[in-house]
Amino acid sequence: MSETNEPAIRAEALESILIDRGLLVAEAVDQVIVQYNERVGPMNGARVVARAWRDPEFKRRLLADGTSAIEEFAFEGGQTEKLVVVENTPDVHNVVVCTLCSCYPWAVLGLPPRWYKDPAYRSRVVREPRAVLREFGVELPDEREVRVWDSSAEVRYLVLPEPPADSENLDETELAERISRDSMIGVELL
Amino acid sequence: MSAASVDVELQGIAAPPMANGEVVFEAPWQGRVFGMARALCEAGHYSWDEFRECLIDAIGDWDREAEGDYRYFDHFLLALETLLERKNLLSAGELSERFGAYQARPHDHDH
Repeated sequence: MSETNEPAIRAEALESILIDRGLLVAEAVDQVIVQYNERVGPMNGARVVARAWRDPEFKRRLLADGTSAIEEFAFEGGQTEKLVVVENTPDVHNVVVCTLCSCYPWAVLGLPPRWYKDPAYRSRVVREPRAVLREFGVELPDEREVRVWDSSAEVRYLVLPEPPADSENLDETELAERISRDSMIGVELL
Repeated sequence: MSAASVDVELQGIAAPPMANGEVVFEAPWQGRVFGMARALCEAGHYSWDEFRECLIDAIGDWDREAEGDYRYFDHFLLALETLLERKNLLSAGELSERFGAYQARPHDHDH
């Protein structure tokens, strides 16, 4: 027992010394972990979205059959459930939920954020999507239709957001850097 | 949230282990050690290349001995300690002392 705990205790001792010395604050360590969880997981999805923005033929295939379109990326583990990609346009805004549990397109977005599993989000986004979106900072014009997609064990949804206004000259890699996890769930505009 | 400003290293020896697009930490302390190494680098105490060199050395030393299982984050922690000592940001004695004190805590200590 003590043998397996040793590095954990050593790491704890190290962190406390560094904090005492003013070299480190615990929040900075938390922040790094959050960055990696939020950026690294959704990176696959961001690459898919960036390609769809740059390659109309890929976008057509992606919207027609998400599961086969992303096969060319050969993501580790693959997407075993059916992947449906829904496109945001000036007329329609899409947002994804799993009302029953926390079904999520993990192959493209990594682990779901904590709020995605929250009972309040799961029930409210269906009943009052505009109010929930406003709480996320998404203000939509009244005339824009809001579609809420309920994920299941069989079908996972990915939102294809609208590209940011100033992104015409960026290549796929640069574009991918601009695409947030939340925009691919539908709770953020880019 | 500006995703563009985040510097994420996804490949190479000093990147965190990945599976299915996820960063994988087998235990919370591994996340803490990784977070410390990055945060100290971002605060300007050393460059990531310096850290990477220490990590390569730590893993190289283990390769020559090759006793027991390969535990990536043990090397990661050792590399961080070595680099901090080299930069005079940490003394080995101080760490041993606090480590000993923490180890001596009662066993029901909830960590």
